[in-house]
Amino acid sequence: MQFWYFLTALTLISALMVVLSKNPIHSVLYLVFTFFCISGHYVLLNAQFLMAVNIIVYAGAIMVLFLFVIMMLDLRRNSPDSKTNLTKLAGAVVGGTVLVIIIAATRKINLGTGADNALYDSQTGMVENLGKLLYRNYLLPFELVSILFFVAMVGAVMLGKREAGERNF
Amino acid sequence: MELTSTVFTAKAIYVGVIFAITLGVAAYSTYFERIFAAFFQDRVGPDRAGPFGILQPLADAVKMFMKEDFIPANSSKWLFILGPCLSMFTALMTSAVIPFGDTIDLGNGVKFDLQGIDVNIGILWVFGIVSLGVYGILVGGWASNNKYSLLGAIRAASQNISYELAMGLSIISILMMTGSLSTKAIVEAQQNGHWNILYQPVGFILFIICAFAECNRTPFDLPECETELIGGYHTEYSSMKLGFYLFAEYINMFVSGAVMATLYFGGYDYPFYETVVNSFGENVANFIGFGALIGKALFFVFVFMWVRWTLPRFRYDQLMNLGWTGLIPIAMFNVVWTGLIILLPAEFNLSSLASIGIAIAGIPVLIVGLFIYHSIAGGKKKKTALAR
Repeated sequence: MQFWYFLTALTLISALMVVLSKNPIHSVLYLVFTFFCISGHYVLLNAQFLMAVNIIVYAGAIMVLFLFVIMMLDLRRNSPDSKTNLTKLAGAVVGGTVLVIIIAATRKINLGTGADNALYDSQTGMVENLGKLLYRNYLLPFELVSILFFVAMVGAVMLGKREAGERNF
Repeated sequence: MELTSTVFTAKAIYVGVIFAITLGVAAYSTYFERIFAAFFQDRVGPDRAGPFGILQPLADAVKMFMKEDFIPANSSKWLFILGPCLSMFTALMTSAVIPFGDTIDLGNGVKFDLQGIDVNIGILWVFGIVSLGVYGILVGGWASNNKYSLLGAIRAASQNISYELAMGLSIISILMMTGSLSTKAIVEAQQNGHWNILYQPVGFILFIICAFAECNRTPFDLPECETELIGGYHTEYSSMKLGFYLFAEYINMFVSGAVMATLYFGGYDYPFYETVVNSFGENVANFIGFGALIGKALFFVFVFMWVRWTLPRFRYDQLMNLGWTGLIPIAMFNVVWTGLIILLPAEFNLSSLASIGIAIAGIPVLIVGLFIYHSIAGGKKKKTALAR
């Protein structure tokens, strides 16, 4: 429990630093650290598979690409002209709306009186059980999600494809 | 209480021993790298420090520590320091899940696994740490505030991401063969000579190519290509920070050798295991297994050096072409063919010899398929060229 408080504080601080740091590279590195903290939470929930996938996909692939693009574009450390008052206002409105929605959604959640030891299964988050659940009970949604990813991938390839002297569309 | 403390002490000693072996192997890899380079180029090599130059790594370490530790004026200081730290950290983390040996009997019925942690996601752990390895280079290269460093870092990032995909797909075939993510289970499935290399020859070739690319070794060492980028991502580094970058590369070589031995060469399995157990007892046999795994890993370290001093460097577009249009389609073919290797013997009650036969039959099928594809694609390219 003590460790949970420490980890949560670390997560929140690093997530705040993503927003507050002036340098975009520092923001990305704080975001990577935030993902590690979230992976730590997964370990505490005994969901090792989610921990590994979270690190591989987010910290290992997506954030490397983020860092890559930001380094390539070489964003200025302080570019005040990119944040006009209008964008600040829009950001505040959108962020505030999300906050209100989250509060409204979680306000009436029944957290229960603690873990039910009779029904508690420590192996729920293990990869074997997760695989069985996905491929038995939720096969159709799982396949639909994979089709969605496939369509997105084909779209990305089509957007990126430009052969010399040819137009693709 | 007594039992847990014995296991805990043994674990602590084990971790220390693995750490020491990794660092020792990495230090002496630098020496043997030069000896082999000298042999391949018909030179003498290091022979000044101690007999046969055997103290050369020590001399190098002293030189590295004594040099001025310089941080460029316009760099971001903390990230500049963080870069080599991250490189060393990720290089050392992987060996935690590698099973270096079978169980050792400590007496009083206490069994001890010669493995850091036996998590049931072992191979995903390796994959995750490998994908994090690029951060050290990326952060260090950017923090140097130098164009050449940045270019080297960006090259490293795109190269690692490209080759991770083919590596992941070749690991998937191993997972299909074993049905488990745990490295221990993968090794146990290969005992008594059923090594995965026999069932996965294509997968192993893919994996070793990707391992070369992930370790930034020649022929894939474009991030530090000195003819184009001076020193690559470590142009601005000096003293022990540079030492850590170079050292991390040698640690990565040893650890990836151990991973390859675990996944494809039976881990701590060796011939005549039963005879050794019968004549000397299980502990001795398992310690020999520990030695066998280290030996296999060292052989791969030698292969890394052998290739480095034999092959020239790739050009950058060749590297990207090989990764995306060469290795990934072959890896996908390998996944499908692995399904056939598992399915056909199970369906017709064939022996494991038959599955080896199917696995080897995959190689000519692959070559013929590639040949047909390239002749069709080549013909199309010629036609469009003529039309223009």
